[in-house]
Amino acid sequence: MGRRAAKPLSREWAKGFGAVLLVLFLSVPAFADPGPARRSELTELVAQDCGSCHGLTRAGGLGAPLTAAALADLSEEAVAYTILEGRPGTPMPPWKSMLSEPEAVWIARLLKEGHAGAR
Amino acid sequence: MRASILLAVTLLLSACAAAPRATGDLGVVVERADGRLLVVEHSGNTRLASVEGLGDLSHASVVFSRDERFAFVFGRDGGLTKVDLLEGRIAGRVMQSGNSIGGAISQDGRLVAVANYTPGGVKVFDTATLELVADIPAIGADGKRSKVVGLEDAPGNRFAFSLYEAGEIWLADLKQPQAPKITRFPGIGKLPYDALVTPDGRFYLAGLFGEDGIALLDLWAPEKGVRRVLDAYGKGEQALPVFKMPHLEGWAQAGNEAFLPAIGRHEVLGIDMGRWTESARIPVLGQPVFVMARPDGRQLWVNFALPHNDKVQVIDVPSRTVIATLLPGKAILHLEFTPRGERVWLSARDSDKLVVYDTETLEVVAELPAVKPSGIFFTARAHTTGL
Repeated sequence: MGRRAAKPLSREWAKGFGAVLLVLFLSVPAFADPGPARRSELTELVAQDCGSCHGLTRAGGLGAPLTAAALADLSEEAVAYTILEGRPGTPMPPWKSMLSEPEAVWIARLLKEGHAGAR
Repeated sequence: MRASILLAVTLLLSACAAAPRATGDLGVVVERADGRLLVVEHSGNTRLASVEGLGDLSHASVVFSRDERFAFVFGRDGGLTKVDLLEGRIAGRVMQSGNSIGGAISQDGRLVAVANYTPGGVKVFDTATLELVADIPAIGADGKRSKVVGLEDAPGNRFAFSLYEAGEIWLADLKQPQAPKITRFPGIGKLPYDALVTPDGRFYLAGLFGEDGIALLDLWAPEKGVRRVLDAYGKGEQALPVFKMPHLEGWAQAGNEAFLPAIGRHEVLGIDMGRWTESARIPVLGQPVFVMARPDGRQLWVNFALPHNDKVQVIDVPSRTVIATLLPGKAILHLEFTPRGERVWLSARDSDKLVVYDTETLEVVAELPAVKPSGIFFTARAHTTGL
């Protein structure tokens, strides 16, 4: 994370203090969060690959809806666990060979906040 | 005199404007994130038009009218859109459910049926007017509504489809469209996820996600019921994760043998279609999604789920070996052969392009820009049962 964040940070610094604050705000609270490049990959993965079953708008398909409302009763940890381990007996696969735990938590948080994987 | 020249010019101009263009070499490409359809032609490999306003097209599929002029597009958001390929515009559109997965067109071309997830069932529309003709709620023996998958057309103006949660196959006879006759086959197995009808219209096969094997219905003798074949087909004990549901649509038939993606194994399976037993296992580099046969049945083209979705493998059917591994672009979602198979079109979603290969030299002959392309559908499908 530290290495990945370094470049954008210094670039943003040159651009302006506000941007730096924004980057700090995004990266500091969860230290293990994926870096910006990976975040963009993950956003794309949620939109397109999760979207194959759960819909591009995440309103559901063969898979359950993943809207903020649909996930309201589930904790971030529970959502992340489902992403990593899958749901045995259903087509939901375990993504742990493709995603790290912090990445799954990051996706879970954005799903629950309702703005992950915008088109 | 001047008037007659004017008349002649006018006539000439209107003749030009009305210059006829046939549709046998046309097709459409889904630009799924933008709700847009490209109209393309595969004689010169060009884009002809772009049609906007089709809604959520994730997992969109398309069938064609029997005159090959209109495409019926099934959107994920429940939209059914009729697109005029010649005029490059929407000719009709209905929001017919909250969430749908695909559809089929009847043998006589008069009815288009849509498989719905929410609310689970099938709705049937008049292809001319898009008026609702029949509404078939998919309430299984469990008393609950199921998502409908694997909706296919069958001879005799019938539609066959599967109930995902309930584990049933239904056969709907729409010879009298207002009064569909439904035959229900309960207990066919757990979680049917997709299905196909063989090109001769005889067999309906549903893949099961919840257990091994395939549910088989002989449409020539439906009274004999559904039986389970290929018990070895399925997840097996040491199944690998399946990051994208395989499709059965590409069901590749070569002689008396058919080929389809294994589930949870990096293999293409061959099946003896008379005995319904396994005839081959061809190792490939990942979880296959589409196994598509070149129309002559000599080659299979296979694309893959993550993390191998940038690759395509070509299998030589007689020798059952992979003869090429191609890297056409990022996230290869779909492939479609030209009607006689000299070319194949691939959609590379994350490279924002379509790639056209010569199937004999295996070389790229054209690339066309497209925004996040997914499904590619050529009009020749109009005349094949089950497509």
